[in-house]
Amino acid sequence: MNHLKVFTKGLLKENPVLVMLLGTCPTLATTTLVTSALGMGLATTFVLLCSNVVIALIKNIIPKEVRLPCFIVVIAGFVTFVSFILQAYLSDLYDSLGIFLSLIVVNCIILGRAEMFASKNRIGASALDGLGMGLGFTLALFIMSSIREILGCGSWLNISFGDWYEPMIFFITPAGGFFVFGIVIAGVNIIMNRMNQKPKESFSCAECPSKDVCIGTGEVK
Amino acid sequence: MEKLIVTPSPHISSSRTTATIMRDVVIALIPALIASVIFFGLRALLVEAVCVISCVAFEYASRRVMKRDNTISDWSAVVTGLLLAFNLPVSIPIWVAIIGCFAAIVIVKQLFGGIGQNFANPAITGRIILFVSFASHMTNWLPPFFYKSDVDVVSIATPLTDMASANTLDLFLGNVPGCLGETSALALLLGGIYLVVRRVISPTIPLVYIGTVFVLAFCFGQNPVDQIFAGGLMIGAIFMATDYATSPMTTKGKIIFGFGCGLITICIRVFGNYPEGTSFAILFMNIVCPLIDRYTKSKPFGIQKQQKGA
Repeated sequence: MNHLKVFTKGLLKENPVLVMLLGTCPTLATTTLVTSALGMGLATTFVLLCSNVVIALIKNIIPKEVRLPCFIVVIAGFVTFVSFILQAYLSDLYDSLGIFLSLIVVNCIILGRAEMFASKNRIGASALDGLGMGLGFTLALFIMSSIREILGCGSWLNISFGDWYEPMIFFITPAGGFFVFGIVIAGVNIIMNRMNQKPKESFSCAECPSKDVCIGTGEVK
Repeated sequence: MEKLIVTPSPHISSSRTTATIMRDVVIALIPALIASVIFFGLRALLVEAVCVISCVAFEYASRRVMKRDNTISDWSAVVTGLLLAFNLPVSIPIWVAIIGCFAAIVIVKQLFGGIGQNFANPAITGRIILFVSFASHMTNWLPPFFYKSDVDVVSIATPLTDMASANTLDLFLGNVPGCLGETSALALLLGGIYLVVRRVISPTIPLVYIGTVFVLAFCFGQNPVDQIFAGGLMIGAIFMATDYATSPMTTKGKIIFGFGCGLITICIRVFGNYPEGTSFAILFMNIVCPLIDRYTKSKPFGIQKQQKGA
């Protein structure tokens, strides 16, 4: 596959949040403020990049049966690293992300890319894939948090619009988060239709991270 | 519309259309409209006019944008606008009311496919979005007849926050602070009786809803008569919980629906942080309505119950 394509597919065509609907939990929880959304996105990008590289490096020595625990250990190592760094140098961001920082470990985007891409591809391509997917995640979070912060808090990047502007608290409630999420997905679908690219509607079982343990489908081994 | 229409039986023709039903609902709301103008002055009429006009305008515009047949002639947007206005306090800024109309018509109704397809009552959802977003504007209650007094008016609490000092007759007539159309139980009951007589609504949901609140209020040690006349219970039970698209079809389903609304309403009033729970109760029951419909499906005549293990 073309290297540029590997990088850019994560931004729009296979955007992890807006097209594949992975990582919905941090998307809804951390997008009330642009700063925390950017922090979340960049922390996830870092973990995704590092874990993709390391998993691509060691993919041949991981036994197939225990690969998911191995992936999780690698990912958890980088998440711990990131959370220590943030706690030491950006403690405000650390406080605002709270539990969701450590929950990056179970973010399905990271495990999904490890299983679908890094464990089958070379290091360079895996690094580009991790970076592209991570930036796609950050971009989605940035768009959602911009809408929610402008409408719901009356500020952008913590710069207040002043007293004349009355924010609609609805947009920073969970219900408002789901609403903005739906609207942004609809917007992405419109863009994709304009570009004559159908958004990827289904993913085959071969790409599913849990295909080996899955007993719910017709295609059980 | 010059197509051959093929429908399953029964082929009953009737002069009743969506427009005639909605027009009946508007007629039934007129007593409450008059009461709102008597108690809250001409600004009440202004808020109501703005809501009706902007609801119809949003309906027209969104159908145009979505390239669908226009449905403003069926009066349903007028009903939504009036009901939403009845759920706002008289002091509401006009732009807040317009945002509520946008939420009700464009988001709740048209994005889901227009009349009959909405998952919840548009006016209730519009009110809740405003209530969550602009709590201070939505709870700025002015006393009735404030427009006649010369002194500066101060906002006061509704009877629901101070139940002990409420006067039952004032609550019944509507001489209390509150939303525009919800205060006068008398006017709303007149409208409700008109709707039942004209067979626009079946009385099951309002009776079960109000009855549940009455009985449970008594069980929880409240004054049951004051509880059913106060707040938005009457307008909610008569005009909003009976919305065809968002209430169950069978009588059994309607009883479950009304009971659920009543239970949630009184629980929020007695135990919750909010003084009033009617709108949340109706919204919640709207959302579980498909489930109720599924479990109360009527059986075709003559069908045998399947034996266990057969």
